[in-house]
Amino acid sequence: MSQHSTTYVPKSAFGKWFESRLPIAGLVHSSFIAFPVPRNLTYFWTFGAILVFMLVAQILTGVFLAMYYTPNAALAFQSVEHIMRDVNYGWLIRYLHANGASMFFIAVYVHIFRNFYYGSYKAPREVLYILGVIIFLLMMATAFMGYVLPWGQMSFWGATVITNLFSAVPVVGETIVSYLWGGYSVGNPTLNRFFSLHYLLPFMIVGVVILHVWALHVPGQNNPTGIPIKSGKDAVPFTPYATIKDVFAVVVFMIFFAYWVFYIPNYLGHADNYIPANPAVTPAHIVPEWYFLPFYAILRAIPDKLGGVIAMIAAILIWCLMPWLDTSKVRSTAYRPLYKQFFWLFVVVCLLLGWLGSRPAEGWYVIMSQICTAYYFAHFLIVLPVLGFVERPLPLPNSILESVMGVQKGGAGLPSGANAEPQTKG
Amino acid sequence: MMKRTLLIAAAILGLSAPAFAAGETPVPPQLSWSFQGPFGTFDRAQLQRGFKVYREVCASCHGLSYIAFRNLAEPGGPEFSEAQVRALAAEYQIQDGPNEAGDMFERPGRPADRFPSPFPNENAAAAANGGKAPPDLSLIAKARTFERGFPWWITDVFRQYSENGADYLVALLNGYVEPPAGTEVPAGGHWNAYYPGHIIAMPKPVSDGQVEYPRNEAGQPQAPETVEQYARDVTAFLVWTAEPHLEARKRLGFQVMLFLIVLAGLLYFTKKKIWARVGGEVEGHATPPMTHNP
Repeated sequence: MSQHSTTYVPKSAFGKWFESRLPIAGLVHSSFIAFPVPRNLTYFWTFGAILVFMLVAQILTGVFLAMYYTPNAALAFQSVEHIMRDVNYGWLIRYLHANGASMFFIAVYVHIFRNFYYGSYKAPREVLYILGVIIFLLMMATAFMGYVLPWGQMSFWGATVITNLFSAVPVVGETIVSYLWGGYSVGNPTLNRFFSLHYLLPFMIVGVVILHVWALHVPGQNNPTGIPIKSGKDAVPFTPYATIKDVFAVVVFMIFFAYWVFYIPNYLGHADNYIPANPAVTPAHIVPEWYFLPFYAILRAIPDKLGGVIAMIAAILIWCLMPWLDTSKVRSTAYRPLYKQFFWLFVVVCLLLGWLGSRPAEGWYVIMSQICTAYYFAHFLIVLPVLGFVERPLPLPNSILESVMGVQKGGAGLPSGANAEPQTKG
Repeated sequence: MMKRTLLIAAAILGLSAPAFAAGETPVPPQLSWSFQGPFGTFDRAQLQRGFKVYREVCASCHGLSYIAFRNLAEPGGPEFSEAQVRALAAEYQIQDGPNEAGDMFERPGRPADRFPSPFPNENAAAAANGGKAPPDLSLIAKARTFERGFPWWITDVFRQYSENGADYLVALLNGYVEPPAGTEVPAGGHWNAYYPGHIIAMPKPVSDGQVEYPRNEAGQPQAPETVEQYARDVTAFLVWTAEPHLEARKRLGFQVMLFLIVLAGLLYFTKKKIWARVGGEVEGHATPPMTHNP
């Protein structure tokens, strides 16, 4: 299945002519129609489709916002209010875009933790997985710069705090910061370059997403059992089975998304960002958006500035080493009774870090952040390597089919083979 | 003794509002608003009264620079008539120009003009107000909030509580109480129970009976002419100025929700039918037998 061997046969004369020159229809057919999908995927596997939807939604709403937005320090705040008040349905487009960023991160965190739980990062999916980490880093950069654009108080001070982190880099730190700023403090040049990059990065994300999907179609999807497709009976063709499930999941996610947009559109933002940026007045609490909070807690847990920055970056880059740090041969946590407990402990620690990131850096909060940060890294550096040796996994089923249907049912009457054509209608 | 215990209990439960020590800020009480919830709408009469309070009280120091006179006639707001708005705008002098001779000039306002600010610039506003410019009020209802704390920040999502700015503003306007005994209020400052830090530059802005409300047939005011009512009315007006499309948003939201839920239902049954071709949908993995590999 890795050769993208196309079973697509063009019907029309033009189709044949075109396919022999650019076999794109065949590529689409093999990737999204005939592609064999494990038949036991749960709804956790629909978040890939949800993320594609969110990326497209963010780009579309963003393009329309850019038609009215003015990236100038004196006009940016006003232009956002112009969108909110005077542009037809401008309030809708802007609330979709602002809340869309949060929805994007909710979906990506579910996607990432699904990957952690079912061991999707393990061989042969390491490259697919690392491409995903790169997408996440690009998303963070894009979201951060997007939050600066309305040029409210939190935009300005968030930008000041985060860009200042780069000054911790030895020797070249100050130079990097002045290039980010385009001057000696956050100001109009900063806003201009952030706007430019905020428009550029999503298209870089699109590029890496294409690689991510490409890399997915070589080994195929993981599944809740973690064991590969062994026979045609373990799989169903992507279309219509996975397609309809993905479309249904996307629409359910849209209901969730719409709830925030129409009923509590400012809940996930900060009240301070409705105050125009003022370099002379510092807000009482400078807090990043919720999706950055765990990393912000790690940053502040380290008393040294450079150390904090290194820890924060390492907290994400360490994900790239997971395929090699995890020594267990078993992918799915469903068959790893000991690791299952550590997995949920890790989830709790991440949530706790998120909460600590929203608290002021004082007293017990700092100590708790330090304990959680230490555990966060211990999960990767100690738990993952050691458990592979000490844990006795449960017996794996012989096949996906056996696992989900039970041996007695035997999967009789299942027509579709791994490389079979999709069902004819009717 | 018993009475004292009850008092302490009441204070802990937040029932006795003016029981605050100097350092802590009480939580603003949650009021009931016509615009809360999924079907919320503004009360036109309340917005019109609130505008009157803004105009006669707040406008002497606070701008409303994102609002144009025409907005007052638009659907979903106070909905004054076009003629009323034209007459209102004409009462203001707006600087325009330069004309053909290159001079700036003043002319009566038109519905398309925005509310002129009470001060020519921020420095002038600061100079006239003890060093700090009074904030523009267009967005104030979204720019102010208070800490909700656990677990309320979770329940707020389900209750759709987004009137925190409004509740804070009403509490602030009603918060001009006597400072606790022994507290020194610095010159130019005023004690406010709900303002973070308690010392606010703004003096108590309005007193009972200061703004006259429209009369009904019996010659009675439409609503009580009290500070409490003024605070509610002007806050409702400021929620509208901060979120002028609130009604349209909630209305469209209901339609979108209905559409999506029906669509999701249809897709669910479509999915079931499609998966029936391969013997129905099977998900996940069987519960593994709880025995270990030998």
